[in-house]
Amino acid sequence: MAYKIEMPRVGESVVEAVIDKWLVKAGQRVEEYDPLVEVVTDKVAMEIPAPASGTITKIVVAAGDTVPIGAVIAEMDADDAPERSDPGPVESQGGTSYTPNFDRTGTLVQEANVGPTGGVFRDTSLQAPPQSPHTALSPVVMRLAAEHGIDPASVKGTGRSGRITKSDILAAVSRRNRAAHSIGDDGDELLIQNPVKKLTAEHMARSWREIPHAWSAIEIDVSGMVACRQANRESALGRHGVNLTYLPFTLWAAARSLAENKLLNSTWQGNRAYVRARINLGIAVATHDGLVVPVLHDADAGSVSQMAVRVSKIVSKAREGKLDLEDVRGGTFTLNNTGALGSVLGGAIINHPQTAILTTETVVKRPVAVSLEGRDKIEVREMMNACLSFDHRLIDGAEAAAFLQDFKGRLESIDADSTIE
Amino acid sequence: MATMNVLEAVRDAMRLEMRRDPNVFILGEDVGARGGVFLATNGFVAEFGEQRVIDTPLAESSIVGIALGAAVSGMRPIAEIQFGDFIWPAINQLVGEAARARYGTAGQRNASMVVRVPHGGGVRGGLYHSQSVEALLAHTPGLKVVAPSTPYDAKGLLISAIRDDDPVVFLEHKRTYRLVRGEAPEGYYTEPIGRAEIKRRGEDLTVITYGLMLHYTLQAAEQVSESEGIEAEVIDLRTLRPLDVDTVIESVRRTSKALIVQEDTPVASIGSEVAAVIADRAFFDLDGPVRRVTPPDFPPMPYSPLQEAEYMPSPNKISYAIRQLIDL
Amino acid sequence: MGKMNSTGRETQIASSAGPAGLPDGLDAAGVVEMYRTMILSRMLDERVWLMNRQGKAAIVASAQGHEAAQVASVRALDPSRDHFLIYYRQFTAMLALGVTPLELLCGFLAKSGEPMSEARQFPLHGSHPRVDLFSFSNVVGTQLPQAVGVALADRLRGDQGRVTIVYFGDGAASQGDCHEAMNFAGIHRLPVLFFCENNGYATSVPLQRQMAVESVAVRAAGYGFPGVSVDGRDMFAVYQATKDAADSIRAEGGPVLVEAKVDRLLPHTTDDDHTLYRSPDDIGQMRGRDPIDVTSRALRERRLMDEDGDKSIRQEARRLVIEATDRAEALPYPDAEAMYRHLYAE
Repeated sequence: MAYKIEMPRVGESVVEAVIDKWLVKAGQRVEEYDPLVEVVTDKVAMEIPAPASGTITKIVVAAGDTVPIGAVIAEMDADDAPERSDPGPVESQGGTSYTPNFDRTGTLVQEANVGPTGGVFRDTSLQAPPQSPHTALSPVVMRLAAEHGIDPASVKGTGRSGRITKSDILAAVSRRNRAAHSIGDDGDELLIQNPVKKLTAEHMARSWREIPHAWSAIEIDVSGMVACRQANRESALGRHGVNLTYLPFTLWAAARSLAENKLLNSTWQGNRAYVRARINLGIAVATHDGLVVPVLHDADAGSVSQMAVRVSKIVSKAREGKLDLEDVRGGTFTLNNTGALGSVLGGAIINHPQTAILTTETVVKRPVAVSLEGRDKIEVREMMNACLSFDHRLIDGAEAAAFLQDFKGRLESIDADSTIE
Repeated sequence: MATMNVLEAVRDAMRLEMRRDPNVFILGEDVGARGGVFLATNGFVAEFGEQRVIDTPLAESSIVGIALGAAVSGMRPIAEIQFGDFIWPAINQLVGEAARARYGTAGQRNASMVVRVPHGGGVRGGLYHSQSVEALLAHTPGLKVVAPSTPYDAKGLLISAIRDDDPVVFLEHKRTYRLVRGEAPEGYYTEPIGRAEIKRRGEDLTVITYGLMLHYTLQAAEQVSESEGIEAEVIDLRTLRPLDVDTVIESVRRTSKALIVQEDTPVASIGSEVAAVIADRAFFDLDGPVRRVTPPDFPPMPYSPLQEAEYMPSPNKISYAIRQLIDL
Repeated sequence: MGKMNSTGRETQIASSAGPAGLPDGLDAAGVVEMYRTMILSRMLDERVWLMNRQGKAAIVASAQGHEAAQVASVRALDPSRDHFLIYYRQFTAMLALGVTPLELLCGFLAKSGEPMSEARQFPLHGSHPRVDLFSFSNVVGTQLPQAVGVALADRLRGDQGRVTIVYFGDGAASQGDCHEAMNFAGIHRLPVLFFCENNGYATSVPLQRQMAVESVAVRAAGYGFPGVSVDGRDMFAVYQATKDAADSIRAEGGPVLVEAKVDRLLPHTTDDDHTLYRSPDDIGQMRGRDPIDVTSRALRERRLMDEDGDKSIRQEARRLVIEATDRAEALPYPDAEAMYRHLYAE
């Protein structure tokens, strides 16, 4: 059987060896323990014996070369399968220099009771403390609550099982202190960096640093959508208790366009990109604590009115600072309704690790050239721009355009008689 | 700058100090013609002669006791204990005698000596070539205990140790000897004993470690940064006595979470002390329990590879603990 | 004594007499001075023992019975250039080296001004600012490798002609450190004089329960250097043996082991009761060969001192002890905060 002869471990702390002299040639018959090669390490010089009886088929490393422990130095056709040589320290990173190697370290599945080598991982020092985390206030939480006169019972915990974390208390403090910020000598205001803003800042910077952004924009005639909204406002308020805005329409359309253009619904995980199966739309919401992005999970499932109900709920939760971890988890694409703020054109920053973000701009009345029964004429139409920022590593301009066209088509197909249910 | 591994850094520091100061000499087992079992004193007999590079009998107590006698007589001996596991016969001379030489003479005698101790496991060393011996030594008032993990620190700290007027135990992790390469200035420079160093900046939690575990911890920190954006601050203690408490406390106050990673067993260890200090001085800044990653509370360490890997802390075990602490 | 016996066979030196009845290097005044030190040591020793019973001195390890061996061994060396590593029973040796009665009393009473350790340690431990001596520890035998290190330092510096004398008891001879030290000193022919004060007891355990040989001196053969055994109650014999050993060492002859056979007239320390393990006969016989009496007789026989002289020596010693006691008792204890100094170099 073919067998690769590796440089064996030849002493504590030795990581490489120099092939000094081969004592055999390719094609030569050897018996187990016959000397094969003379090697030199910085600790010892020694002969390496044959691991089995058989015929040497190939000398892989020439005399004078340095090889790491474990490298293949020759190949043989062995009579019987040789015993594996000593594997050395199992966690060995190999090589002579320290380079973090994440591919080899991999990642851990939490709570998986398996050690790094397949044994049972029984590290009892890592077991969670026995007390219930619901009620346990950590020392820093108790101190900050007392210092700032905050009742911990009034703070929503975002930690495991709803534990109130240090950030939760700091956020509560920051909310309360918003009005009372300090003013410098020149009238400069100190920006209180609450945790949300700080995280957003880091997040934005990371996205900008890592993702090569490309942009594309499209004009959409939303006259029909405007009419439809107008037609259904009252019934929405009556039947669902929601104020119908344009956002449910654009969400509805975007979710369906994503289902058709799946590449836009992808995320980066480490060094790999995945097309996501679920369509979970993040909605950028400005709150007084900063930008938050609650997520509508499986947004391709419901009707416009269902979307309206869900949007209304989650946006008010966001504005009240009552979002659960679940509410902000798992987004696959983000929609940014800058139109509500009067913007007509924008280049949004992608919500890392997603790969695209869509902004829907202000709906404005504009004179538009339209063709009606073969004749061009100017009409006043309700127009809206939609701008897409996309990760150019994954998505090409054509794919972006296809998505935008699909989105446009869906919105333009709506008219006053369309059902929103 | 030169590139060297930890072993070369140790050798370089000793060679430079031997050249500079005629009072520096080396004694230990196989340090002469053999150049030390790890070759730390390779070529020293040729350069400095047998008088200053003394092969001793296999008798650790006298290696340290003789070094102590020479030190209090004005010399600067470097005693090599071949393996940390062999230090126990010398403990009385080290802990009982050298550590108290100054205090017990009200400052009249300098025990200006270095005891170099290759130690640590993960090298298939079994029960008697794998031990971590720092806890008892760091427990001892009067000793200084240094545990570098990079070539730069090893060289700069060893030069400081040799010039120090108090007994310094210099713990060299065997596995770092050839595994860890890095830059270090050529020629003389010193790193201060008693000062920890933040080897990685982060705001989410503080990981306190030393020795080989520094490298495993840095790997774990990159891993969790890459996968979840968790940014761990990693403190390399470098000196285990006196402990740089201020650096630890300053960091934990910022991050509010502390994880201690060590290769030594948990009970009454460096980690115990660090945890106690954090509980004392940063209690009201903590947003979670102080956790430790250590081997199981069993003797270091089985020779057989799966058991050795089971025993040793690893980057995966460390990143697991980081996630546990963050997801709280 | 002639040439050192390199086979390490025990060599008995009953007594020795030069032309004037005195060994080389000793004169009449010097001999009387040695006796004066012995008397002072004995009286101070008796005083501190009593002060223990008064609750003033927490611990005393008496040198009574060891005085002749100690004073003679110091006299045979040269305190201006030799190094002395002592142990806890070396009251007389310290007086002979120039440590004052007041300094010793400050040690026993733990008073301010104690020179060896600022009264941190048990009496007689530490280092002395004027005399080249030290004793770090209560763990017996640790001083032996340290002494080898001191001698090695002289060798490395090229500092020739100095002797490092290290004192130890028969109990310490059982320690591994004793073996390791002698072995290393033998290999490197270091200038170390191993001086064993063999009083026959390691606390309560008699010699035959400590070793299977008759003397510590015979062990020197195993390390390749000479070992001699002398009657430690005979000041002249101890002087001669130690002087010969020191001369040989100074002539680069390598280490020598000198064993002085002595009696420990009192229990191990003030916390011990030797009637639990020694018979009244044994204790009585020992008292009959008290080195103070032996020396007093020898000096009178040699007409180096008459009875009046002896009396006035004792009166003078008594006066010195009373004076030192009064002064020591009047001294304060060191401040509590002083304990925080000198852990590391300042």
